[in-house]
Amino acid sequence: MDALVDNLDLILKGFWTTIQLTVVASIAALLLGTVLGTMRVSPIPPLRWLGAAYVEIVRNTPLTLVFFFMVFVAPQVDIVVEFKTSAYVALSVYTAAFVCEAVRSGINSVSTGQAEAARAIGMTFSQSISTVILPQAMRSIIPPLINIFVALTKNTSVAAGFFVTELFASGRDLNLRHPSDGLWFLGGVAFFYLLITIPAGIAASQLERKVAIAR
Amino acid sequence: MTSVLYDVPGPRARRRNLIGSILGALVILGLLWLGYKRLDDNGLIGSHVWEVLTVPDLWEALGRGLLATLKAAALAAVLAVLLGAVLTALRLSPSRWLSWPAAVFTEIFRGLPVLLLMYFPFVIWTDVSPFTGVVIGLTLYNGCIIAEILRSGVAALPSGQREAGLAVGLTPVATLRAIEFPQAVRIMLPTLVSQIVVLLKDTSLGYIVTYEELLSTVRNMRNYYSAQVTDNFEIYGSQVLFPIFIAGAAIYIAVNMTISQVASWLARRGNKKAAAAPRRTADVEANTAGG
Repeated sequence: MDALVDNLDLILKGFWTTIQLTVVASIAALLLGTVLGTMRVSPIPPLRWLGAAYVEIVRNTPLTLVFFFMVFVAPQVDIVVEFKTSAYVALSVYTAAFVCEAVRSGINSVSTGQAEAARAIGMTFSQSISTVILPQAMRSIIPPLINIFVALTKNTSVAAGFFVTELFASGRDLNLRHPSDGLWFLGGVAFFYLLITIPAGIAASQLERKVAIAR
Repeated sequence: MTSVLYDVPGPRARRRNLIGSILGALVILGLLWLGYKRLDDNGLIGSHVWEVLTVPDLWEALGRGLLATLKAAALAAVLAVLLGAVLTALRLSPSRWLSWPAAVFTEIFRGLPVLLLMYFPFVIWTDVSPFTGVVIGLTLYNGCIIAEILRSGVAALPSGQREAGLAVGLTPVATLRAIEFPQAVRIMLPTLVSQIVVLLKDTSLGYIVTYEELLSTVRNMRNYYSAQVTDNFEIYGSQVLFPIFIAGAAIYIAVNMTISQVASWLARRGNKKAAAAPRRTADVEANTAGG
């Protein structure tokens, strides 16, 4: 216990990095995923294919592989960035595929009458998507989106294997230095992960219940 | 459904769509060309490093790596389904002394990163093998997710199923095992199968905890071949990582896509059979975002 308290600043530093990774990657994945989701329902075939191909490939690739590509393979073609930047890119690219699917199934959940009404008053595809469909789709997109961001929070731990000292890595390094107190460190690390994941999970299921009743 | 978002295109819209299609295709081609240029600039086009893909030993090593990946995934999948079933049974039990601990266990372990769960065994027992660490981590995490999937499957059943089981004198556990679980598994089969894809993808975390699976093999083969001198005394160099990585990624994607296809085929078949089965959304679907 004392060892954990003495080294709390290191754990907190790691926790801060985890929060940075989560927030930046969430925003980037949200933007990229929404664009991809819209592409997947657009009237232009090549855009639909591009969106579909992206989702199919990325969803079936392990996140560790995306990290490995950014850190070890990309330098072979002269793309060299900081380890933390690699982590941002890998997490965003990976998470965007799941955001895309959430957006697409959200769009599909809006009743067809809404899209027909938008069309009937002469709206174009982009008008009906941005002013009629997406605002309503948000209701059913938000709960799965929160779950995706919870998964992202947990996924930031993969960065520990690729030279970023985030929450898990700080616990692992402390364990290597003071092996006898290892369980305390990992327990502390687990506590901080749960501090994010459990409240967010509860929020998601409550929001979902709210949306379900309103429909 | 998507076609409802836009009219059947008239002549003007068709022209616009055609222009859009051409522009879109040009953008895709442009991206591909940029990628090609990148490779060419770094001497990877037409380079002899690709010849490493014709070396049988490489494929044998990758095959061994894939086998190790599948071995961990298969064992963890079986154990996770068992753990999930036990947790669900405990959680649905009328006694709070059983359902509460099961609920707390599930909430905690599905809220933690798989990597952390893989690492715990190494700290508790110092002489544990990487394989055991990977399997324990995968089992704990996915067992909790599968418990949630099974629970929502059971919750989706009409209450008459359980009542009928109890009425003919089955015990609550026997009702669960013989009547509720088989139906819940059938309803949730597509979700369960896509969870297997998540599990399989997560075996690649074994790379970080030093389990010799497919991704570790890719790294080891790079180290091996970049130091190799071939028959005609050419050295592959560190760029040999590129073709080996492409081969490894292709194997991962091919295996996962096959399982994903099975999942969506099951889902389509299920939808055709029983449109009545309630759709469970966010709670379970987004779990497939793990990994």
